[in-house]
Amino acid sequence: MTEIIVVTSGKGGVGKTTTSASLATGLAMQGKKVAVIDFDVGLRNLDLIMGCERRVVYDFVNVVHGEATLKQSLIKDKRHENLFVLAASQTRDKDALTQEGVEKVLDELAKENFDFVVCDSPAGIEKGAHLAMYFADHAVVVVNPEVSSVRDSDRILGLLSSKTRRAEKGEAPIKQHLLLTRYNPNRVEAGEMLSVKDVEEILGISVVGVIPESENVLAASNAGVPVILDDNSNAGAAYKDTVARILGEERPLRFLEPVKKGFLKRVFGG
Amino acid sequence: MGILDFLKRKPEATAGVAKERLRIIVAQERSTRGGPDYLPLLRNELLEVIRKYVNVDVEAVNVSLERDSGHEVLELSVALPDGKVVGKPAASAS
Ligand SMILES: Nc1ncnc2c1ncn2[C@@H]1O[C@H](COP(=O)(O)OP(=O)(O)OP(=O)(O)O)[C@@H](O)[C@H]1O
Ligand SMILES: [Mg+2]
Repeated sequence: MTEIIVVTSGKGGVGKTTTSASLATGLAMQGKKVAVIDFDVGLRNLDLIMGCERRVVYDFVNVVHGEATLKQSLIKDKRHENLFVLAASQTRDKDALTQEGVEKVLDELAKENFDFVVCDSPAGIEKGAHLAMYFADHAVVVVNPEVSSVRDSDRILGLLSSKTRRAEKGEAPIKQHLLLTRYNPNRVEAGEMLSVKDVEEILGISVVGVIPESENVLAASNAGVPVILDDNSNAGAAYKDTVARILGEERPLRFLEPVKKGFLKRVFGG
Repeated sequence: MGILDFLKRKPEATAGVAKERLRIIVAQERSTRGGPDYLPLLRNELLEVIRKYVNVDVEAVNVSLERDSGHEVLELSVALPDGKVVGKPAASAS
């Protein structure tokens, strides 16, 4: 059975695309057959983070409109032969995607025996975000330890449990996974940033993972290599743990303790 | 302030404030979620009316929609400040 995972947040710029790329790659590393779809019509970006931007010929909207087949449009990952990217269209027509069109593509992926389809949602709660979450079995709600992001994620959690196919059909609810990203333990210790526990208490749900704020994320996106493949970064390791937890494994949270600063930094800050 | 103090100056510990504000707003938004879009507006107008008589806090008014066996019940609760009920209308609420 094909499981559909939406990566969503409400607020923009919190790390959905970064997470989608690493989650899809991580699932593929576990031997799963995975497709990752960019739902951000007009603002294609996942291709860059996955490092396949020059190989995009056809996109999601082309498939929906029957201008290309799904096979022609899926871009095979350079590193994992069981991982495929479906790019967003650069059209300015926000109505290019329809619920029927999305359903058709997802059904076709199911027929091709994909284990997972990861849907990278656009920001907001408009049509694109709605379509990305509508058919989902799992939702990864990406949240930053910051007031507007936390409030928006509560809004999204509400929509996931009311405005999705599972909710409308009265089926088992979508499995919700809260992923706290851009976490800075030093600032948490100083009382400058909401802690994991604070966010869990406010939203009433526990986290599936905590991804530290990391310089390696920018380096990874510069290179077009999902950060989960960076063996030397805490963010990559935290994403690996998260993927394992989504697959049902139990792993303790890591990288929550402040990094002790050297003497000079202690005196001069930074 | 000395140069070293300036260099060492740190942001304030504001996470506690953030948490408290979020706790309140999230609870409030959850209580009207799934209800008609006019609930927040209704709440604000009620607040204004109540404030003509009693100087209550924004958080003192709580509007929520309860669903139970087919009925919808609009629940309204106002926490009055203890012993501070004013007899004449208070100055117009801002
Ligand atoms: N753990 C992290 N540490 C440091 N930087 C990060 C981290 N996660 C994401 N970022 C940075 O945050 C920015 C936004 O990330 P990303 O594009 O993944 O967000 P998004 O939610 O997909 O944005 P949009 O809403 O525009 O689609 C990027 O510059 C990315 O490099
Ligand atoms: Mg994005």
